[in-house]
Amino acid sequence: MRSATRLALLVGWLGYALIPWYLAEGMSLTGSGWLAGYPFGKAGTALALALSGAAPWLLPIGLVLLVATLLSGRESSPATGKILAWAGFAGLVLFFAQGFAVTLKGQGIPWLAALLGGAGTAQPGMGFGAFLTVLSLLLLLCHGLAYRGVCRGDLFTTSSIGIVVLLISLFIFLPVATILQSALVDSDGALALADFGERFLSPSIWGLGCLTANTNCGVAWNTLILAVLTGIITTLLGLACALLILRTGMPGKRAMRLLTVLPIITPPFVIGLALILLFGRSGLVSTVLFEWFGIPRSRWIYGLPGVLLAQVLAFAPIAFLVLIGVVQGIAPSLEEASQTLGAKRWTTFRTVTWPLLRPGLANSFLLGFVESMADFGNPLVLGGNFEVLSTKIFFAVVGAAHNQGQAAVLAIVLLGFTLAAFWAQQRWLGSKSYTTVTGKGDSGLPTPLPRRITWIAALVIVPWVALTAIIYIVILMGGFVKTMGRDYTPTLQHYITGFSVDLSRGLHFDGSAWPSFFTTLKLAAISAPLTALVGLLTAYLLTRQRFAGRGALEFATMLSFAIPGTVLGVAYILAFNVPPVEITGTGLILVIAFVFRNMPVGVRSGIAGLSQIDKSLDEASATLSARSFTTLWRVVLPLLRPALVAALVYSFVRSMTTVSAVIFLVSAEYNLATAYIVGRVEAGEFGLAIAYSSVLIVVMAIGISLIQLGVGERKLGRRSAPALATSAAEPVK
Amino acid sequence: MTRQGPASVEFRNVSMRYGAVTAVDNVSFDIEAGKLVTLLGPSGCGKTTTLRMIAGLEIASAGQILIGGKDVTKLSAADRDVSMVFQSYALFPHMNVLENAAYGPIVKGLPKEKAREMALEKLALVGLKGFEKRLPSELSGGQQQRVAVARALVLEPQVLLFDEPLSNLDAKLRRRVREEIRELQQNLNLTVAYVTHDQEEALAVSDRIIVMSNARIAQEGAPRELYEQPVNAFVADFIGDANLLDVTIRSVAGDTAETALGPAILSLPARGLPPGPARIAIRPESLLIDGPAAGASLPGTVRKCTYLGNHQDIMVATELGELFVVRHGTHGMLAPGTPVTLGFAGSGVTLIPPA
Repeated sequence: MRSATRLALLVGWLGYALIPWYLAEGMSLTGSGWLAGYPFGKAGTALALALSGAAPWLLPIGLVLLVATLLSGRESSPATGKILAWAGFAGLVLFFAQGFAVTLKGQGIPWLAALLGGAGTAQPGMGFGAFLTVLSLLLLLCHGLAYRGVCRGDLFTTSSIGIVVLLISLFIFLPVATILQSALVDSDGALALADFGERFLSPSIWGLGCLTANTNCGVAWNTLILAVLTGIITTLLGLACALLILRTGMPGKRAMRLLTVLPIITPPFVIGLALILLFGRSGLVSTVLFEWFGIPRSRWIYGLPGVLLAQVLAFAPIAFLVLIGVVQGIAPSLEEASQTLGAKRWTTFRTVTWPLLRPGLANSFLLGFVESMADFGNPLVLGGNFEVLSTKIFFAVVGAAHNQGQAAVLAIVLLGFTLAAFWAQQRWLGSKSYTTVTGKGDSGLPTPLPRRITWIAALVIVPWVALTAIIYIVILMGGFVKTMGRDYTPTLQHYITGFSVDLSRGLHFDGSAWPSFFTTLKLAAISAPLTALVGLLTAYLLTRQRFAGRGALEFATMLSFAIPGTVLGVAYILAFNVPPVEITGTGLILVIAFVFRNMPVGVRSGIAGLSQIDKSLDEASATLSARSFTTLWRVVLPLLRPALVAALVYSFVRSMTTVSAVIFLVSAEYNLATAYIVGRVEAGEFGLAIAYSSVLIVVMAIGISLIQLGVGERKLGRRSAPALATSAAEPVK
Repeated sequence: MTRQGPASVEFRNVSMRYGAVTAVDNVSFDIEAGKLVTLLGPSGCGKTTTLRMIAGLEIASAGQILIGGKDVTKLSAADRDVSMVFQSYALFPHMNVLENAAYGPIVKGLPKEKAREMALEKLALVGLKGFEKRLPSELSGGQQQRVAVARALVLEPQVLLFDEPLSNLDAKLRRRVREEIRELQQNLNLTVAYVTHDQEEALAVSDRIIVMSNARIAQEGAPRELYEQPVNAFVADFIGDANLLDVTIRSVAGDTAETALGPAILSLPARGLPPGPARIAIRPESLLIDGPAAGASLPGTVRKCTYLGNHQDIMVATELGELFVVRHGTHGMLAPGTPVTLGFAGSGVTLIPPA
């Protein structure tokens, strides 16, 4: 047995025999009151609890570890591997069987619990000891497989695959499966297909009242209409902007690049908030219109127009980012060929440029569509009576009705929409995109834009850029006046309320925003490296290793791209509210939510970065007798720095700005900045909300610069290809 | 660190399949210790896959691979005592020349000072003293290639592999570097497997050549053997140029076959062929344009004559079809339409089995 396997075994025994098995209440590093009764009682170890008869179902797991220990003297032959793999597998099965069978009283799986000797009993959620044990069992299984020659006998590869698969199953598949389950059963746990059908087809979701009668349409239609409109408008804006920047002499290219960074560091509802301050009943613009022109104040901003405007402002930069790549990708020689064949500028645009743009446009549309569907903050702030799926899910969970079944059904509808859009993007676009730039140098000048297109584009872009600029001015200035719209007396009151520091009794942060601010910073800082680690490791396995089930793993990671935050949030409370994994209300669940919500970003930037690194570098390292971990550490990782920066930056920033997933998961102890701001908005304290938002934006800008500095740029000598660094570091949405 | 010395490589019925595609089909061969053996063939013939199977970068689907008499079939690349020089050189772009060369000993866990010493020794061997601090991107193509060779040599592997090492160099440099590789191999007494698609390169550097075609070995032998006695039309055509024609063997007496090539009757080594239809491979320089005074001859007319400095390429139309003739030395150009009589040289005319 190799020493790594012995170490895994040691970890297993540590978790089984020494460390408390359950997540005991009142657990802390400083106090030791919760440890009373150790190694028995609520902080007991599995070994003690199993032997004392308090938890007999934990005994078989110990036997498995014992079997593996008996093997530790044998050499690492395929025969040993076979026993080890089976032992690890049996251990995992036993572990999850007892976990899911013996939970709360009256729940779980009664027959299985009886079989395991735990009929009618209950156990709390698993803790650190259980975590170490399951990790050890998984590693034993993976090492056993490696001994048998799987993945060329590479322990690191098989273990990484095992860990990634377990994480994805536990934190993506289990929650989504739980949603499906809770939608299909009634409150007693019996299968209730009729109920499900009724709820699923209810007119509140699919009703067409807005067409036939003077009532509201179903929430599904609202969502769909909003998403389609957002998709179309953001795509057109993005295209106009990309064409103007690349095909005309328009100044301000740098400024436009900056514009694309803004939505990334802006919490999603802030745009909506600024719109209220401008166009709400007592907003700046509304007041001016009323006082100067006598146009009555109205509530038009609350509803479809407002949400649409906010989403367009928020997501158009993303479309711009996608389309600037597409426009750049059209080889100028194609347009030159058209012109030498006698076509005028407009004809060339219509017959060559436009058809080549179409797949990119479709892609951008789908991105806008999905972003709009998943958006939660803007509809929450601006929606009024206009309900969309994401807000309706939220109110089904936290509202007076507290109808989890209803929330689950709505979540399934939303997930269905996003998965369909995602599927369309993968299947349909995958085969249709025209790669017009080849490896060969393709010089030539892009054709200038036809004049009429230039005018239309400019006409659209100028107001958009102006409005965006005004919005950000409002966000940054709004915190410094008493009440936007009514009283423009300059004041620091909002900042003092939120961020005052009392120095009279030493350093004391007594502003009301500090607790959530520090929690957010702490959790984002913890989750960013974890996200980068899991994401890049997954990307490495997907691009560099061949193993059975690679396609399935790839599909699973891709699928997780399409899960809206609201759905993930609901899924997490449904899945992790009860044992075996009972972590709601802790900081841990927030970190896990951040990690798995942002993992796609890490995976994408990892795949983008890895595809730039020639595979023969890995092979050269292997022929020089380096194992895959050494290769990863010494060759791949140093070259992957830009991707690492990207993954760190985006997971940090997205953790700071996300609302949708975490608003379900925050607790009094672990409140987050975004959830706190949403609370202020609902309470009508716009000043504090906007002040806090601008603080967040500034902090994130600083955070991004720090990470850039810390990880540094890759040094590849004077002939380094700049394309390598930029393409990997570019924001991958 | 003890020097293992060169080891032999043996393939026993090795196959490599990717799904339905067979990249290498039941291949067996031996590479003697201390020899340079070339795997030669057109692209897609399986030669690179064969090389990667020696390295352990691909694991054979069937068969056995032995290095130094030890079965390594299932061992990963890291567990085999084999190094490789890649077509792209695969130098680590974030490490300087010295770090690249010292990579092998360092990941093996040798002390830093020892690793440095070993790397410096091999860098000096390939003539890169003084370049230690440069990054790969600051070197020319030829220098990068030397770093790749030095890096592969540092661990003194039992077998050294080259995957088309010259394909990224310009023509002049290619000739020089291939001589250097050959010298290095002979001076250090290394076992080398060398992949190329350039037959001239193969003839120049090899002790033996394995010609591959369609995932199988077409012929194996010393360079001279392959050129002068190709076993089939593929080898005859791939190594050097050849006019391939259908002939009839009239009779076989001992080792000599009486062969009818159109109006000409030739006495050729029979190579075990029975009387009846066969094919013949005639090297272009073995067709003598001015005809010998005596012996068999073939009349024809000049179609085209191309001036190439030290020789001329001439297309001659005969009753057997157009033949390609190379005429060395300085001669006057032949105008199209000039009638000529083609004679046959004593070597470079070989009978091969019918297709």
